[in-house]
Amino acid sequence: MFYCSIVQVFKIQNSKFIVQYSIFMMNTLNSIPIHYYLIFCSLIFCIGVFGVLIKRNALVILMSIELMINSINLLLAAFSAYTNDPAGQIFVFFIMVVAAAEVAIGLAIVVLIFRTTHSIDINVLNKLKW
Amino acid sequence: MFTKYIFFFLSVLALYSAVMVLVSKKPIHSVLFLTLAFFAIAGHYVLLNAQFLAVVHVIVYAGAIMVLFLFTVMLLNLNADERSPKPAWVNFIAFVAGCMLMLTLVGVFRGYDIRVAQDPSLSQIGLVKNLGRILYHDYLVPFELSSVLFLTAMVGAVLLGKKEQL
Repeated sequence: MFYCSIVQVFKIQNSKFIVQYSIFMMNTLNSIPIHYYLIFCSLIFCIGVFGVLIKRNALVILMSIELMINSINLLLAAFSAYTNDPAGQIFVFFIMVVAAAEVAIGLAIVVLIFRTTHSIDINVLNKLKW
Repeated sequence: MFTKYIFFFLSVLALYSAVMVLVSKKPIHSVLFLTLAFFAIAGHYVLLNAQFLAVVHVIVYAGAIMVLFLFTVMLLNLNADERSPKPAWVNFIAFVAGCMLMLTLVGVFRGYDIRVAQDPSLSQIGLVKNLGRILYHDYLVPFELSSVLFLTAMVGAVLLGKKEQL
């Protein structure tokens, strides 16, 4: 399957060998259950949640949020591929757009915080806490 | 069989990088490990035959977002250790909470079985031609709205980053 994907990128999928290879792989390739993707994406998501909870550096918290977004994206793409529904991959595309905008604004805010407090430790931002 | 090995290799690579993002002391090491995790996830997209998403993922995340993170870390000289790490009991409670969330998710997913399962390597929906047709035919209005969102984000970032007060 990996080989087939690379071949399809280069648009030479019409050769006879590739067709036979696909038929051969059809029998062997349905070997990754959807549960593997579910467990893997849950693990990545939990690592992201853990990072948001334990870290004090605002940059690392943003990176953990990126990890969570990526796990959700991968799960959406997996379900879209397994059920043959293209809407999931379109949604992944839009989530990527929103994530890029979010990172740009978040990093601008981090730069502002650094300018005013000379630190990106989120523990100094407790003026609105109580 | 071969696909399964690639899947496990990419999963272990992504999990290791994700853990190392949190374990690393310096932010720049975290950024580099996060890049590694993004490349592993791009490999997962190729494995799912979603080539358009794989290419877009590499361009957007490894190309744009990582450069933003690296510029922020390097220009602001943030490459220092954390001054005051959180106390141990906060870390312990966070670890317990993360494990509880994982347990809940596994319990939810345990009884799930997909009905119309299809071999993802044979589906053609991830190719640029098919996705582009759907994107410009059915999802044209959200696509244009996302460009407006990008413009807004760009103006906001420039406005926030200006030195002088407005």
